[in-house]
Amino acid sequence: MEATSLSFKENARRAMGDETLQKALGFARTGFQDKRAAAAARLPEFDDLRDAAKAIKDHTLEHLDVYLEIFEQRVIEQGGKVHWARDAAEARAIILRLCKGAGARSVTKSKSMISEEIGLNEALEAQKIRCVETDLGEYIVQLAGETPSHILAPAIHMTKDRVSALFAEAHGTAPVDEPEALLAEARHALRQRYFEADVGITGANFLIAETGSVVLVTNEGNAELTQGLPRMHIALASIEKVVPTLEEACVLLRVLARSATGQEFSAYTTLLTGPKRPADLDGPTSFHVVLLDNGRGGMLGTEFQDILRCIRCGACMNHCPVYLATGGHAYGWVYPGPMGAVLTPSFIGIEKAHHLPNASTFCGRCEQVCPMRIPLPKMMRHWREEQFKRKLSPATGRYGLKLWAFAAKRPALYHLGAKVAIGLLCLLGGKRGRFRRLPLASGWTGSRDFPAPQGSTFQAQWRARRDRR
Amino acid sequence: MSGEARDAVLGRLRRALGRGPRTPDELRRKLLARLAAPQPVLIPARGNLELEGRIRLFIAQANAVQTEVLRVGRYADLPDAAVDYLRRSSLPLQLVMATDPLLRRADWAATLLEIRHGRPEDRDPVGLTTAFAGIAETGTLMLLSSPETPTTLAFLPEISIIVLPAVRVLRAYEDGLRALREERGAMPRSVNFVTGPSRSGDIEQTIQLGAHGPRRLLVLLVDELPDGSPQPDA
Amino acid sequence: MSPPADRPRVALFVTCLVDLFRPSVGFAAVKLLEDAGCTVEVPAGQSCCGQPAYNQGDRADTVEIARRTIEVLSGYDFVVVPSGSCAGMLRKHYPELFPAGSDDAARAREVAERTFELISFLTDVRGITGFEASLPARITYHDSCAGLRELGVKQQPRRLLESVRGLELRELPGAEICCGFGGTFCVKYPAISTRMVDDKVTDIEATGAELVLAGDLGCLMNMAGRLKRVGSKVEARHVAEVLAGMTEEPPIGGPAA
Repeated sequence: MEATSLSFKENARRAMGDETLQKALGFARTGFQDKRAAAAARLPEFDDLRDAAKAIKDHTLEHLDVYLEIFEQRVIEQGGKVHWARDAAEARAIILRLCKGAGARSVTKSKSMISEEIGLNEALEAQKIRCVETDLGEYIVQLAGETPSHILAPAIHMTKDRVSALFAEAHGTAPVDEPEALLAEARHALRQRYFEADVGITGANFLIAETGSVVLVTNEGNAELTQGLPRMHIALASIEKVVPTLEEACVLLRVLARSATGQEFSAYTTLLTGPKRPADLDGPTSFHVVLLDNGRGGMLGTEFQDILRCIRCGACMNHCPVYLATGGHAYGWVYPGPMGAVLTPSFIGIEKAHHLPNASTFCGRCEQVCPMRIPLPKMMRHWREEQFKRKLSPATGRYGLKLWAFAAKRPALYHLGAKVAIGLLCLLGGKRGRFRRLPLASGWTGSRDFPAPQGSTFQAQWRARRDRR
Repeated sequence: MSGEARDAVLGRLRRALGRGPRTPDELRRKLLARLAAPQPVLIPARGNLELEGRIRLFIAQANAVQTEVLRVGRYADLPDAAVDYLRRSSLPLQLVMATDPLLRRADWAATLLEIRHGRPEDRDPVGLTTAFAGIAETGTLMLLSSPETPTTLAFLPEISIIVLPAVRVLRAYEDGLRALREERGAMPRSVNFVTGPSRSGDIEQTIQLGAHGPRRLLVLLVDELPDGSPQPDA
Repeated sequence: MSPPADRPRVALFVTCLVDLFRPSVGFAAVKLLEDAGCTVEVPAGQSCCGQPAYNQGDRADTVEIARRTIEVLSGYDFVVVPSGSCAGMLRKHYPELFPAGSDDAARAREVAERTFELISFLTDVRGITGFEASLPARITYHDSCAGLRELGVKQQPRRLLESVRGLELRELPGAEICCGFGGTFCVKYPAISTRMVDDKVTDIEATGAELVLAGDLGCLMNMAGRLKRVGSKVEARHVAEVLAGMTEEPPIGGPAA
């Protein structure tokens, strides 16, 4: 997927002027936040489960190589196949090869952010393999020729009217208005696609090493129909999705549902192990897992390792005041919000993604709600350190900072500088007590008055009072 | 090809974790032993109740997610309960049904129901199958795929009816998984934890039922025990 | 409400914003601490806690500034800071700047353990339940992020404000949502920052309060700046000024037009 993260500021400005998007984000703000809070309140063990979840993931990451090998072994024992991909290109090639080998003309997909990461849909379409998104939000976004703007609610930025128009055009029907009618129309349209598909491609919420199982979590049931009806099921998963046992997956599943949508449990949590058994009446005859690295290995053992605990619940972005002002598209790539701010520079480079970890006040709400206790602001700060080391931030900012730091380390100089600057500001500020405009401070005074200083500094006054005594 | 990629990916992980080029056998054995004895980490106390308490909790939680629950005394009561439900809901008296032996305890032919068995097709409006267990904690059904209980029975038809023996209402998911290991030994192709009908909030954040999976979900909870005796009065 | 018998030696870390822009907050802090039975000193040689460098990724300068600051603040019973973010910097972040087990780290921890945000120091350490102050006004209170999430400052200012005669505290909807200051964020991403402070201004005006209080001058300058620009009548002060009964000074950004 082409990244527009460098245009974050323009993207954000446009997004903040988009009334439709702002209304949708308003729904999200109260919807997701209130529901999560209510679900957490209903479960006394919630915070303990978060700590347990963190411990499980930390243990897994410390032994990721071994657990991946065991997972692979178990999948093979059950009659499935495992493929390894170092990067997006390899993953696309593997999936294309499998689809072509199956003579696939049509493929259904359930939601997979990894498939966005590797640009799978375009690759399939380029090979004349029809690719249909089955998650309703992804389906809508696909019809619009857009990308998802939220990892859970891909079409959150779209109104009902827009959806109605898209459906009318795509299905060749008269536009309908009621949400129920829209849903019924989508259900009907996609039902045909499910039966037509030769291959079903899903992501994976978790990979269970103990049993070689793939865990899929949905509310719509589209993953079940995507993987269960065609001849071949391909599960595309990044390597850090591994969890050691089924029981430990339950801990993660409990915090996932509550953190994401405020549900006690998602409508469908499915464990898939191997292809259909010989006597089964339904199920795919071949089962493939594609394991993708694409930079995750490079995060292990570094200061960014903690982000590998992420279970893609979306709580961070649902509570982020920046995300809720700009929406997901402003971030310019696959992953938005705080987790996107930490991940994106790893994938597309800090040069292209530098706005993302910088456009944060470090308010800390993301870390507060993260079920996996990921220190998101800390990792955004690491990216700023990386940026600083490589001298990638704008020169004026860097010199300004150098000047400030130089003075801050030298108290006498600091006091002198402060005295001069404050004295000057007081002269300019006059009686009104504030500035409507200040040179070099248009970032502030463009939209805010700047309060004038009171007079001499506190330390100067304190010394004067003390000397008088 | 994949072999080279595999070595590269695992190699990078091993280097990052400070291990040598090959995993030490000792470590592998330790982790395999850990996997062989799965321990639940922390199970919420919510479901820690006697059977009747668990059943009440199951019903309350299920209702909260728009699952309807009807309780009957015996398997023989199922056909009438199904007919009654379908009539009340103005649904066709047609069922595609699992071939679970439990269901043969009832005389389905004695009703006006049109019954097929096996794998459902798109035209089948109502599917009926059996659950392996119920999970009281969240009103969840645990379904296993098998020749007798094809998964699509619970996913393709718009109306899903699930028969659940009341004595199989367990505390938490972990209890269901332990029962799965003890009773079946191996994982089936699918284990489905179903909590309510299919739903989506993707159209203007309004939750609607029946996105792709069933629009309605009915649980028929049967008190009769596996050996055929009725549940003791609770 | 009489102060405890002991008289701890408190170093006031005044913070650069208070030092430069609103010394009255510093004097209010001194009064509150003295009323609480402390001996207050203002160690010379203090400048900035280093957050600007820290949050811009300039680790090296941060470490140097931190070392100096730790040196300047060592040897007191307590270090008290009229700002949640600066107190959080000293208390939570300073120890992490230095290699584990080093002397620097030990010294940082020493100072960190004795460092407190002003209001929570008064309630949690000095056991103060109220002050002799009065201010007949409708006020609302904004929870600055660092104070709230790093240091748990939430109920303490509200408890103390309850003791101010004539004061009516109206809870701010979204009190815990960031005001959009974030240090250099507000000038680097002004459009988003303005959007966030606009939401905050809307929430403030919805309470019908005449005055908004908080414990961090950065937040207050940001909110006051926007309130003034949109022509609001709502004024802004630091909570310490109200508790110390020192409200003769014009509010932040001058009086309402």
